[in-house]
Amino acid sequence: MAGSVKHKFSKRQSVSRRGAEEPPLVKWILIFIGVSFAMVFLLLPLLSVFVSAFSAGLGYFIEALTTHDSRSAISLTLLIALITVPLNVIFGLAASWAIAKFEFRGKAFLITLIDLPFAISPVVSGLVFILLFGLQGYFGQWLDDHDIKIVFAAPGMVLATLFVTFPFVARELIPIMQAGGREQEEAALTLGASPWQMIWYVTLPSIKWGLLYGVILCNARAMGEFGAVSVLSGHIRGETETMSLRVQSLYEDGGTSETAAFAIAALLALLALFTLIFKTYVEWKSARNHLIAEHSEISKHLSEPAS
Amino acid sequence: MSIELKGISKRFGEVNAVADVNFSVKEGELVALLGPSGGGKTTVLRMIAGLEMPTEGDIFIGGQRVDDISVQKRNIGFVFQNYALFKNMSVFNNVAFGLKIKKVSKPEIEARVMELLQLLGLSGLEKRYPHQLSGGQRQRVAIARAMASKPKVLLLDEPFGAVDAKIRQELREWLVTLHHDLNVTTLFVTHDQEEAMEVSDRIVIFSNGKLAQIGSPRDVYERPVNEFVARFIGVMNVLELKVSNGKGHVGELQFPLPDGFTADTARIGFRPYAVQISTDVTQYRYQAILRRTYFLGIMLRLELELPSGLKIRSRMTKEEYSQLALYDGCDVSFQIREFRYLGSENSGLRPELLNINELPPTYGDHI
Repeated sequence: MAGSVKHKFSKRQSVSRRGAEEPPLVKWILIFIGVSFAMVFLLLPLLSVFVSAFSAGLGYFIEALTTHDSRSAISLTLLIALITVPLNVIFGLAASWAIAKFEFRGKAFLITLIDLPFAISPVVSGLVFILLFGLQGYFGQWLDDHDIKIVFAAPGMVLATLFVTFPFVARELIPIMQAGGREQEEAALTLGASPWQMIWYVTLPSIKWGLLYGVILCNARAMGEFGAVSVLSGHIRGETETMSLRVQSLYEDGGTSETAAFAIAALLALLALFTLIFKTYVEWKSARNHLIAEHSEISKHLSEPAS
Repeated sequence: MSIELKGISKRFGEVNAVADVNFSVKEGELVALLGPSGGGKTTVLRMIAGLEMPTEGDIFIGGQRVDDISVQKRNIGFVFQNYALFKNMSVFNNVAFGLKIKKVSKPEIEARVMELLQLLGLSGLEKRYPHQLSGGQRQRVAIARAMASKPKVLLLDEPFGAVDAKIRQELREWLVTLHHDLNVTTLFVTHDQEEAMEVSDRIVIFSNGKLAQIGSPRDVYERPVNEFVARFIGVMNVLELKVSNGKGHVGELQFPLPDGFTADTARIGFRPYAVQISTDVTQYRYQAILRRTYFLGIMLRLELELPSGLKIRSRMTKEEYSQLALYDGCDVSFQIREFRYLGSENSGLRPELLNINELPPTYGDHI
């Protein structure tokens, strides 16, 4: 019996020396799978976009971006982002403030509602607005009588983008505001600060990195959105095409236009890369501000592909 | 400034957080609001600050009714439980915040902040950020910030709750010194009876949103108005008596009853120090076995078991213990030098029961 005890003991000792570490082979296989998957399915397509974009030379690349229709697509994309991002910032601040600082009936419902655009296919989000504002829709006749164009025009595309990007800022701010609690703000009040001074000196500084992070993600989505915008765009070249829509139409034209499609796609990809770099910077910066715990959870949620 | 609460109640929806609380604090007093968590003491503190509005009643600060005065204009210093320092500001800017808001001139701010940091032993830390400070330092920054614009009243919510035991002791002594130096009316909330006893001039004890007792530490320890207070402040033996032949009985023990007592049962309480022990088993009226001795530093707590199985607690110093040559399992005799009749926890505040407690506290050795 003494022998068996000794045997067990020595066996356990050899196991515990390695602890919870995986064998090196497993580690390398996992790293290999992860890296090669990222190479083949992420980096390679991205590279091929840039290769195709410049296949006809830099001159053609610049030309493709500066035609009238391309310039119009770029400026419409910027316009949509310029309208939707500030609106989402205002909404996001208001909603997260309300959710984090007050108790009210229907709070859980509001949180669920904010998540709705994540759950719905963007095509459906677009169709909703056709249903509301299209000629056959509820407000269609009235809008037509007053000569207001929403569907198949820029206003509709703004609305659709607004709907799709709705959760980004709010979702980012809610956990930060909840974690922050009310005490710092109450402290400001007891020290004589007015509510506006409190917001300016205490609330906004404490959420600024989270807010910036939400804005970056919101902007990336606003510029890159395809599905919902496609439904509400009239696909009129030079008028109601965003960059993503122009990529599609040029590609469908075939021939030399295909290269032009890749040129615009490359521009969108650049935006994505810029977003990633900026996002990493903000994450690093906010981690330094002790906010990392809240972020990792949400960014996981937000980086899921939406369409 | 003095503080006075008249008929203060606070309801959160259906919950009565604070019910009909009346008390006053004199200028320059250091007063503890003591009670178990959820007892309503923090709510009372927040109402004095103006962070909560009472549902009913009036609050007076320095004789002036403040119900309609906003938190910003009450000029109170409030120290939050977790300090609530502004994370994005340096120590200097934290302390200077209130003065900047009040548009005090720069040189004046500089002078006042440096003076406070000096006073609180924080000199040299003015450029640090809150996350670079220890718990005790954060606490002192929070107090410096609250004191910066010379408030009339200083309110502290569980000021020593978030620091470890050793620093807590230092901070307690330091708060007493600071209060002595500044002589500002100070109220602090605590759930730690020892802390309240050690630091404050007077203690206001809360139970379930109601005021249970106000008094000096000695008052509430020696003359608790009800069982709740008695058990909350220090250790107390509490026994339920059956009444027969004009006496209260439990096990072997017999207690005289107050005049005019008519109920079938009564509750009494006595402090462990009131139990006097002798190794001569015939010296005192009751016999027991010393079951267990607990060493609490200079004091010892003894658990006695009577033949009927009834257990009571006693305490004595180490010297007394060795003089008596006691050991676990030895036979002893004992007497109870003083005891009190207790109102029950829920009914203790009703005046018709209070008169039982207004008996002289000591019944002497005639048990």
